[in-house]
Amino acid sequence: MSDRASDRRVPSAVGNGDGEVAVLSQADLAVPTHQIVEPDGSYDPEVVPDLSEEELCDLYRWMVTDRVFSRRMVNIQRRGELGTFGSTRGQEASIIGSAFTLEPQDWLYVGRAWTPMFMRGASMDDMIRFWRGIEEGQQAFAKQNSQIAISIGSHVPLVAGLAWGMQLDDADAVATAYIGDGATSTGAAHEGINLAGALSLPALFFCQNNQYAISMPVDEQTGAKTLAQKALAYGIDAIRVDGQDVLAVYDAVQTARERVKNGTPVFVESVTYRLDAHTTSDDPTRYREDEEVRAWEENDPIERYRSFLKSEGLWSQIDHDAIVEDIEAEFDAALAAANEMAERQVAEIFAHVYEELPPELSRQQEAFEALLEKRPEMYDHIEQRPKG
Amino acid sequence: MQATIVQAVNDALHGEMERDDRVVVFGEDVAESGGVFRATDDLLEEFGSDRVVDTPLSEIAIVGGATGMAMYGYRPVAEIQFSGFLPPAFDQLVTNASRIRWRTRGELTAPMVVRTPYGAGVRALEHHSESLEGAYAHIPGLKVVVPSTPADTKGLLTASIRDPDPVLFMEPKRIYRSVREEIPEGDHEVPLGEAAVRREGADVTVVGWGAMMPPTLEAVDDSDVDAEVIDLRTISPMDTETVAESVKKTGRCVVVHEGPRTLGVGSELVARINDEALMYLEAPIERVAGFDTQVPLLSMEDFYLPHPPRIRDGIERALSD
Ligand SMILES: Cc1ncc(C[n+]2csc(CCOP(=O)(O)OP(=O)(O)O)c2C)c(N)n1
Repeated sequence: MSDRASDRRVPSAVGNGDGEVAVLSQADLAVPTHQIVEPDGSYDPEVVPDLSEEELCDLYRWMVTDRVFSRRMVNIQRRGELGTFGSTRGQEASIIGSAFTLEPQDWLYVGRAWTPMFMRGASMDDMIRFWRGIEEGQQAFAKQNSQIAISIGSHVPLVAGLAWGMQLDDADAVATAYIGDGATSTGAAHEGINLAGALSLPALFFCQNNQYAISMPVDEQTGAKTLAQKALAYGIDAIRVDGQDVLAVYDAVQTARERVKNGTPVFVESVTYRLDAHTTSDDPTRYREDEEVRAWEENDPIERYRSFLKSEGLWSQIDHDAIVEDIEAEFDAALAAANEMAERQVAEIFAHVYEELPPELSRQQEAFEALLEKRPEMYDHIEQRPKG
Repeated sequence: MQATIVQAVNDALHGEMERDDRVVVFGEDVAESGGVFRATDDLLEEFGSDRVVDTPLSEIAIVGGATGMAMYGYRPVAEIQFSGFLPPAFDQLVTNASRIRWRTRGELTAPMVVRTPYGAGVRALEHHSESLEGAYAHIPGLKVVVPSTPADTKGLLTASIRDPDPVLFMEPKRIYRSVREEIPEGDHEVPLGEAAVRREGADVTVVGWGAMMPPTLEAVDDSDVDAEVIDLRTISPMDTETVAESVKKTGRCVVVHEGPRTLGVGSELVARINDEALMYLEAPIERVAGFDTQVPLLSMEDFYLPHPPRIRDGIERALSD
């Protein structure tokens, strides 16, 4: 542990003495965007991160996994088999490049990003259960030190707290919060990131600027020119990266992770785009132009990475169709497993509210179970949906 | 005009924005997209981007900002997308909105409305299903209103916007579109703080509000009990008189609510009936309520929600002694 008192960083006020009021403006700040592979596929081989051929191929497989999973989830939602779902199509490079840096002992709290949880062992059937509103999904994620935060920004202070624990333990791990551009406006995010900055906690804030909250475009979300620069006000470092370039994202987050482990929290802004609707209940035609979507479709992260793999001579090692087929099969099996889940019991409503059921809760549970027995017609009013 | 509850919200907003140019509507996704439930549809086109404003994703700033704007003389109507996202702004309700009048001895006030859809039964994710009206009714200085019909929605929202105090207007999203009725054209106000008698009866008084009204009425209509049904409409301030008068007549009472049972609004109703009508009671007052648990995620939410048979059971219990 560092000695906080001896680590004061606040400089005393020293004027510039010329009597002029100096205005500090964000225009004075250059915020570079890290990129390795350019949209046309060109790159400097010298700056490609040091990854094995197998790892480079894995990046591709995971990106495709993310895309296929989103497509299948949207499809089953349309068939009425899920309540709602938020697709990640378009954000694959941002999601996979960042998650590829995580170690098993790290903690991960996500907003819109599911595949990182698969990468650390969560199963697709648990993810389907989660989106069907079955609590076991979250129980399974917790086993991989992962959770999904539905209340936007609410997890940011939590991640700071996890990082604080890691610091006290001298743990070789980081706590990571994935947030969206919208989340950077929440009070919880401000307080959480500030705490991490104030205490130099091993927290990594990975912000996917996918250009929209629901209908709110990022330039109306904040008056700041970039999200990355916000980090400076919290006293932490920032990196801005092209979120359509999986290698750049990997490189940026790997660098961030090293700094975080050395006691400097880092905020990474990954500039990407959500190609689909915010969720299956959203109608994006109300707030954005098809033309804009088409332009980003042209800037497809999977295509860009494919051209890199071709230049490296690795494409021949990849059988794209077989990968898709594998993932489809994995999804089919997961869906079947989720569908086979046993009927859920009333006791589950009362379980885990406290470690020990307080007497009034036991009373409520017993009375309700007795009532269900006495009045089976209640089931006519209860839609039982273990299948979502 | 025939309207659903969500259309009635929209109609009331149109009416009040037209009547009073100090009325400003804002919140997440309310302008460009017309609100995730379309409650604010067309307002942007009609009243322009100074009066219909998409805000950043900032519940604290939305509620705290509404308070400041109201103190300055505007009539903000702020939307919180789902009531489950109101808790971050709870502080602003407790610390500022509800106390400005008291703190300044009436020199400054905060006439504002925070609208928010509440309640379970729409197959949503975590935090989208709470009904914590009891928690908000606990804040002195804040009014809490929960309509259950389209006509009342228009009248109560209109009254809330004109009210001199801050109002939390909780909209029963489960029945946003499932009830449709004729709503009055033009100016229509339903006074806050007055319950409505939905059915007259002599055997038992059943009190509910919001999304619990349709199952309550169904429970009563399907039984041969001569029940009097009261829709509370305003949780705070609560119309004790209408309830007490009814209980004096029937001698029995059932309170139905969706929020957790312990320290819920039902508890307060029981206490008030004890104060006002104890000697008329022929049986203990029954409560049919949500459990003291988190609202389960969507696969089990129908188990949590009071349904007509559970309400009927409550009525039978009240009649059995
Ligand atoms: C505190 C809170 N307020 C409102 C919502 C409703 N909501 C769900 S997602 C969303 C937009 C989130 O945008 P962003 O943070 O950019 O993440 P993205 O979904 O784009 O990844 C909103 C407003 C919420 N879930 N939580």
